[in-house]
Amino acid sequence: MPQDAENKITASGFYGDLKIGVLAIQGAVSEHIDAIENCGARAFPIRNAGLIPELDGLIIPGGESTTIGRLSRKYGYLNEIRSLAAAGKPVLGTCAGLILLAREVEEQEPILPLMSIKTRRNAFGRQRESFETDLSIPVLGEKPFCGVFIRAPQITSIGEGVEVLSILDEVVVAAREKNLLVTAFHPELTDDTRLHCYFLEMALEVKHKIFNVKIGQNVE
Amino acid sequence: MAEKGTYRVKKGMAEMQKGGVIMDVTLPEQAKIAEAAGAVAVMALERVPADIRSAGGVARMADPERIVAIMEAVTIPVMAKCRIGHFAEAQVLESLGVDYIDESEVLTPADERFHINKKNFKVPFVCGAKDLGEALRRIGEGAAMIRTKGEPGTGNVVEAVRHMRKITEQILQVQYLPEEELMTLAKELGAPYELLLEVRRLGKLPVVNFAAGGIATPADAALMMQLGSDGIFVGSGIFKSSDPHKRAVAIVEATLHYDDPELVARVSRGLGEAMPGLDINLLAETEKMQIRGI
Repeated sequence: MPQDAENKITASGFYGDLKIGVLAIQGAVSEHIDAIENCGARAFPIRNAGLIPELDGLIIPGGESTTIGRLSRKYGYLNEIRSLAAAGKPVLGTCAGLILLAREVEEQEPILPLMSIKTRRNAFGRQRESFETDLSIPVLGEKPFCGVFIRAPQITSIGEGVEVLSILDEVVVAAREKNLLVTAFHPELTDDTRLHCYFLEMALEVKHKIFNVKIGQNVE
Repeated sequence: MAEKGTYRVKKGMAEMQKGGVIMDVTLPEQAKIAEAAGAVAVMALERVPADIRSAGGVARMADPERIVAIMEAVTIPVMAKCRIGHFAEAQVLESLGVDYIDESEVLTPADERFHINKKNFKVPFVCGAKDLGEALRRIGEGAAMIRTKGEPGTGNVVEAVRHMRKITEQILQVQYLPEEELMTLAKELGAPYELLLEVRRLGKLPVVNFAAGGIATPADAALMMQLGSDGIFVGSGIFKSSDPHKRAVAIVEATLHYDDPELVARVSRGLGEAMPGLDINLLAETEKMQIRGI
């Protein structure tokens, strides 16, 4: 954790209270952990079943979606992720993580499926077509966000209640449905932590709600 | 403006493979077995290293028809090998659309003095290394991923262990030496000075580092992961064994849960015969593939 992180208090609260898990089957796990810790929250690699219910939020990283999906099922993570999402806690899926969350995946069986989006794998082409470009993501502010696309999927259609967060050449590349957040690109491969901080804000909001319910205050 | 094939995109591709197993395959059916077993990528080859070793002669890039057939069979990334220094083979592989090129000592080198200038390509490269100097020379030429050389096609992990331990030891040395000694160390290792400074800052290589060369069992994979590998290449070890599917699944799981001996024990049970191994000491120096490259 960076030295100033402990003191980082935003308008909505204190990131240091948040425990964020990164599904650690395969892929860009340490990059997400670093990004979350750079925002001031605590992040843990999730390598065993039973830990997910304790979390305030979960990140499903980029990697190979077939590998991550197959092993998640085998080790019993899928039901734990579904319960976490059903409890209203936020889940961020980047690249392969987006594919895991999607309700429909072209030409293959969906994996979790939780979010009302349809996706196409490797939709931008093979590795030689992989690219980086400046994206406009209005919820993160005016400054462009560097989108790193690696054999990336596309969101080909969205259901009701899905908020489009970013569009690139008429293709949806970031979206949110309630507590589910997905990006086709890799925010963890840049030094820009705005998207991770946005995710932590979602987690804080839910944590406060749950806390208020516990102490008997009605926040609605 | 979208920029294709930047170094970040090339390195990032390797980062997405971390914790995974990349398997050598020679046929589309084998590629499907590998994909179903949970491989994160396949290496499309004409022959696995053990067969290259026994066939002798000049080993070259695989037939493009074979590579394309494998690319069409699976949705996971497909890698392919070109000869050291043979940039025209690399150009051919890039034009086919392979996702990663391995400039590999398993094939007969085409240039005894120079490796490929990998910065000229949009597609990323992985290269073998025996020590830190060699790894940093390849990274200096643009490699986006490193793997140990090991001794390919032997089913004997001893050389991969030697190379991984050597790299780790030298990284520690770089971290703890006084800064004024680094230039002399750069000279001794034959490593670019700026990259040595980066290794010192990071405490690891600036790119992903996989283990390769001689890995044949789930315990071999667990060993290499515990020694600090980011992931595993299995060459001849899977399709030269008696039950490739079962062994492939077992190696994938042992790579994921490398620090859980009970799980490694469970997946290791009843796998059938591993590939036959070779004693490295019985190989003549000229038969060793790891000495190829500069």
